[in-house]
Amino acid sequence: MLLVLVAVASIAIGAKGLSVQQVWHGLFEDTGTYGDVVVADRLSRTVLGLLAGAALGLSGAVLQALTRNPLADPGLLGINAGASAAVVTAITFFGVTSISGYVWFAFVGAAAVGALVWFLGGSRGATPVRLALAGTAISAALYGYLQAVMITDDQALNKMRFWTVGSLSSANNSTILQVLPFLAAGSLLALTLARPLNAMEMGDDTARALGANLNRTRALAMLSATVLCGAATAACGPIVFVGLMVPHIVRSFTGPDLRWILPYATILSPVLLLGSDVIGRMVARPAELQVGIVTALIGGPVFIFLVRRRRTAQL
Amino acid sequence: MRTNRAIRTPGGISVRLDVRAAVVVGLILLAALAASVVLIGTGDFPIPAGDVLRTLFGEGNAGQEFIVNELRLPRVLVGLLVGASLGLGGALFQAISRNPLGSPDVLGLSQGATAGALTMIVLFSGSAAQVTTGALVGGLVTGFAIYLLAWKQGVHGYRLVLVGIGISAIVTAVNGYLLTKSTLTEAAQAVVWMTGSLSGRDWTQVWPLLWLCALLVPLVLANARGLRMMEMGDDVSNALGVRVERVRLLLLVAAVLLTAAATAAAGPVSFVALTAPQLARRLTRSPGPNLVPSLCMGATLLVTADWVSQKVFGADQLPVGVVTGVLGGVYLLWLLVTERKAGRI
Repeated sequence: MLLVLVAVASIAIGAKGLSVQQVWHGLFEDTGTYGDVVVADRLSRTVLGLLAGAALGLSGAVLQALTRNPLADPGLLGINAGASAAVVTAITFFGVTSISGYVWFAFVGAAAVGALVWFLGGSRGATPVRLALAGTAISAALYGYLQAVMITDDQALNKMRFWTVGSLSSANNSTILQVLPFLAAGSLLALTLARPLNAMEMGDDTARALGANLNRTRALAMLSATVLCGAATAACGPIVFVGLMVPHIVRSFTGPDLRWILPYATILSPVLLLGSDVIGRMVARPAELQVGIVTALIGGPVFIFLVRRRRTAQL
Repeated sequence: MRTNRAIRTPGGISVRLDVRAAVVVGLILLAALAASVVLIGTGDFPIPAGDVLRTLFGEGNAGQEFIVNELRLPRVLVGLLVGASLGLGGALFQAISRNPLGSPDVLGLSQGATAGALTMIVLFSGSAAQVTTGALVGGLVTGFAIYLLAWKQGVHGYRLVLVGIGISAIVTAVNGYLLTKSTLTEAAQAVVWMTGSLSGRDWTQVWPLLWLCALLVPLVLANARGLRMMEMGDDVSNALGVRVERVRLLLLVAAVLLTAAATAAAGPVSFVALTAPQLARRLTRSPGPNLVPSLCMGATLLVTADWVSQKVFGADQLPVGVVTGVLGGVYLLWLLVTERKAGRI
C-alpha cells in the first residue's frame, strides 16, 4: 500500500508541477502533450527506483545474514568501490561516455570485487571479521587508484563526481532493461536462500547439524548479493544506507526469521528509496538533491537512533 | 631474546621494560630518520644524503641551505608530525573502540574534516589557511558529535564504531553534494586535498602541529596505563581503580585533536591511522595499545610513502595519499592471505 502511494507520488511530483489529470493522461491515455513526456520520464525513473531499492534492500539483508554482521552493506564489502573503480576506468581508458556504456563496467567491477572478497575472505569458511577486513582492504586500494586517476584526469573527475553521489535521474528504459534480468535472477536466488541462511544464523555447527550445506549457501548468498547490488549500483551509482538500514528496520518488527525479513526488505526498501527521491526533488526545487544524498541524510540519523535504542548485545 | 625484563632500583622502584618493543621503537625511529634524510635529498634538485646531513647541521652552502631549510625540511617535518599524530590517534581509536578497524577514517573523523575543508573551498573559495581552519573545525565538530551520540551511560566501543559509521555516511553524502555543486577547478582542488598531500607545506604548518604534539603526547602516555587496563573490559578496570569513563573521554579528546590537526595540515591521508598500529603490534609482538611504537610507525610510514610517491611518479605529480591508499590496501590484503594460510582469524 505504502509502496503504491510512494510510486504515485514519485510520478506526480517533480520540478515541473503536473495536475492529477495530466498524470492520468500520461499513464493511460496518450494525449501527445508535454505532460506525457514528463510522465514517461518519471515513470522510468520510478520503475528504476523500485527495482534498485528492492535490490539494495535484499542484498543488504542477505549480506547481513551471511556475514552475521549488522554493519555489512555493499559499501563495507567493497562492492561500491569495485563499481566506482570500473566506471572510472571505463571513462578514462576506454573513453566510454554514456550511462548505458558504464553500466556494464560497473557491473563487472562489482562482481569482480565480490568474487575477490569471497576468495580472500571466505573460500575456506568465511568469518564475519575476515569478510569485512577483505572488503575494507580492497575498497581502500581501489579508492587510492580512483583518486590517482581523478587527480590526473579532469574529465574523469567531472563524470565521477556526479556518478558517485547516486542518482535516479539518468533512468531510461534501456538501462532498466539491461539490469532487469540480473535483478530478477538475484532476487529469486536470494529469496530461496532464506531457510539455509536462517540455520546459519544459529552458528556454523548448529547449521551443519540441521543439514545446511554451509559452503554452498555462503557461495550462493554472496553471488546473489553481488548480482543484486552490482546491478543496482551500475544503474544508479552507489546509494548508501538502504541496504544497511532497511534490514534493521524490518528486523525490529519481524524478529530474526529471514523468511520474513527478506520479502519485507524487498518491499520496504523501494518505499525508502523512492520516498527519498521524491523528497530530494521537493526540497531543492527546481534543482534536485540526488537520492543517494537524501538516503544518507535520512538513513544516518535513523541508523544512529537504532544503534542507541538497542542493547549492544542484540546488534 | 627475552621480551620482558624488570629493572629494579635500590630505592624499591621497579619498571618493566619490554626489550623487544624498545628495540623495535629504536629501529623504527632510525628508519624514520633515514627516510627523512633521503626525502630531503629527493626532488627536482637532488642532494646526496651526506650533503643533506651537513646542511642540517649548518655546514652546507647557501643554495643547499635554502632548499633544505626553507623548502624541504618543513615538508618532511609536517610529514613526520602528521604521521606520528595519525599513528597515535589511530592506536587510541583502535584501543578505545576495541576494534582493529576502528580507525579515524572508518569512524568519520576524516570525512568530517573533509566536509569542513570542502565547505571552505566550494562555498567560500577560501585560501589555504581558511581551508585548514575549516578542516580543523569540521574534524572537531564531528568528533564531538560522535561522542555525544554514542554516549549512553558511558561510551561503549561497539556503539562508538556504529555511530561513527553512521556519521561518516552522512558526512560523505554532504561531501558528494558539495562536489557536485562546485566548479570543475574547485572540484579538482578539492580532490587533491581529499587525497592528502604534503606538497607546499611550510614552517607555518610545522609549529602548531609541533606544539600540539608536545602537549598531547605526554598527556596520552601518562594515561596509557589506564588504557591498558581497559582492554580487559570496563568492569575489571573499574575494579582495578581506573576511572574508565574519564580516561576514555580524555584519550578520545586527545585522539580527535591529533587526528583533526593532522588532517587539517595534510588532508585525510588514508590508511596511516589504520595500518600503523597494526604494523607496530606485529613488530613488537606485545599486547596492549602499543602507543609509542604506533606513533613512530606512523611517522615512518608517511615519510616513506611520500618518498615513494616522489620516486615513482616524479616530484609532486601525485599526492602522498594515493601511495598510502594503495600500499595500505595491499598490506591488508597480504595480511589476509598470510593469516588465511596460517589458519588464524
